[in-house]
Amino acid sequence: MSLWRLAWRRFCRDRVGIVSAAIVLAYVLLAAASAAGWVARDWSNEVGVSYAPPGFLGRDTVQEGLGEVIKAQPRADYGIPDPLGAELADIHANVSGASGRDTRAKTLAFGGDKWGRDVVQKAIKGTETSLVVGLAAAVLATFLGTLFGAAAGYRGGWVDDFFNWLYSVFTSIPYLLLVLAVAAVLDQKGILTVILILGLTGWTGIFRLIRAEYLKHRVREYVLAADAIGASNARRVFVHILPNVSHVVLVQLSLHVVLFIKSEVILSFLGFGVGVDTVSWGSMLAEAPSELILGMWWQIAAATAAMALAVTAFSLFTDAVRDALDPRLA
Amino acid sequence: MKYVVRRLWQFVPTLAGVVLLVFFLFNWVGGDPAYILAGKIANPELIENIRRSLGVDQPYWVQLWIFVRQVATGDFGVSWATNERVSQIFATRLGPSLTVLLPLLITSTLLAMAAAMLVAYWRGSLTDRAIMIGCTVGQSISILVYILVFQYVLAYQLGWFPVQGWGGTLGENLLRYGALPVLVGVVVALAPDIRLYRSFFLDEINQDYVRTARAKGLAEGRVMWLHVLRNAAIPIATNVMIQIPGLLAGAFLIERFFSIPGIGREVILAVERSDFPVIKAVTIYVAIATMIINLAADLLYKALDPRVELE
Repeated sequence: MSLWRLAWRRFCRDRVGIVSAAIVLAYVLLAAASAAGWVARDWSNEVGVSYAPPGFLGRDTVQEGLGEVIKAQPRADYGIPDPLGAELADIHANVSGASGRDTRAKTLAFGGDKWGRDVVQKAIKGTETSLVVGLAAAVLATFLGTLFGAAAGYRGGWVDDFFNWLYSVFTSIPYLLLVLAVAAVLDQKGILTVILILGLTGWTGIFRLIRAEYLKHRVREYVLAADAIGASNARRVFVHILPNVSHVVLVQLSLHVVLFIKSEVILSFLGFGVGVDTVSWGSMLAEAPSELILGMWWQIAAATAAMALAVTAFSLFTDAVRDALDPRLA
Repeated sequence: MKYVVRRLWQFVPTLAGVVLLVFFLFNWVGGDPAYILAGKIANPELIENIRRSLGVDQPYWVQLWIFVRQVATGDFGVSWATNERVSQIFATRLGPSLTVLLPLLITSTLLAMAAAMLVAYWRGSLTDRAIMIGCTVGQSISILVYILVFQYVLAYQLGWFPVQGWGGTLGENLLRYGALPVLVGVVVALAPDIRLYRSFFLDEINQDYVRTARAKGLAEGRVMWLHVLRNAAIPIATNVMIQIPGLLAGAFLIERFFSIPGIGREVILAVERSDFPVIKAVTIYVAIATMIINLAADLLYKALDPRVELE
């Protein structure tokens, strides 16, 4: 029976693992649906009034009549018809809520933000951003770490020295400081930038583990046998050894998704992450301080809940995968 | 001694690498700093002047030499944003950082050790599993949420602590302004620390010497507090040591929210203002500190555990 089927069987016995895998899958499907535009497509529409409270609280929780402040003022027009008059009157009527045409909801399912956007839709869209960043950055970091680790561990010699030197350089700068320094230099926001920053700085841990695995496997009999039948170096590294260390790669990939999701939230919160036209859990949290002062807790609650569930599920899923693939540890 | 000298020699290539990396980032990837400095109303003459004074009109190897000289002399010039000397910035920001970090590190380590020893002793029990699940969930919540909620509830609503600020005397800072930041830091640090230290304790609890100690009739308290604790403390001490440099720069979120004039807040400000000299200096200094502390951690490990052979 193959390693993978054995691991699958062990995984199926792990009830926590199954539940967390289901949650992770649900998140991935949600993010995919959001990316395809099936859900939360209109997250940026101002569907509710400003700071619309959650429906279950009722509409009395915020001061009514915020619109009173911006009542239409009588203006002198010197007899010249205002070209924007009709539109302005419309806007004033809408803001003050006087016209029956105000379609903006007074309450939303889980509240609205400053512009009256639905917090649930924002959280779903934020899930897409955060998952995409976490997964893509983790894939990039894992790819780099595995490649460098394989090269260093398998080749040894000056290649090993070089990558060890690179490793010691990158690890002598604390991770978040390095991320911030790169963010300062690039000075441009966007999902791709965040992915590159996190991926290019986050490969060190994977490198160390994969290098150790290759050092161990390089002298095993099956690799020597492959050498004896004339397999090339590249074939030995990628076809023979890589499948035997792939469980380490997989676990590291999953671990780094969690790490990068957390880092993205901090970067976006500080304003060095995704752009203003994108929503992520971090940018939702960034709006929270001014909202909390006014007593609006729903946006921070939504972002925290969405993130906590995703990260907890991912962590437990990682643990379950590791236990399934490496039963000696359990 | 020979070991220390050899390790110190190994600093040279690593530090050279850090210098190269920082140089590559800021002088090559970062683009022309003159445009940042000249601001919005720039004329070609001004830009040319700034370029000359910074030396960026020189070839790359001359610029690298300028940077190496800065690192060697410890003189990184003045901040682009405030014209304060970079060395002066560091001298004044280190104190507040340490005022928060040292109590934070000591409290969180002691609490995490106590909790980890308890759950490791009762491993597999309901308490153990409840605390472990609590740690997993607690770890999944962003540090931002802890800071925001604690600041809002404990300081803003209940008024137990000042919302933010920093005073003049050490006592005032430590007891009045530093209390809430330390509390938040401890809460955030507890979850991952308990998980890690629990594994250290579990490694020791299953050893033969523990069984021997029990077999010869020692009280459980003596076995745990004397035999197990001493051995588990070795990896814990090393772990605490290597956390320090990361904390120095990593506490920036706490320092920013509570307006503590420390190094972390300085890093954030520098990144926001594209204040390259400050970021460069922080990176180099923290890298040097990391290398020294790693060496100290290894020596401490050797001092605590004579079986360890340093090679």
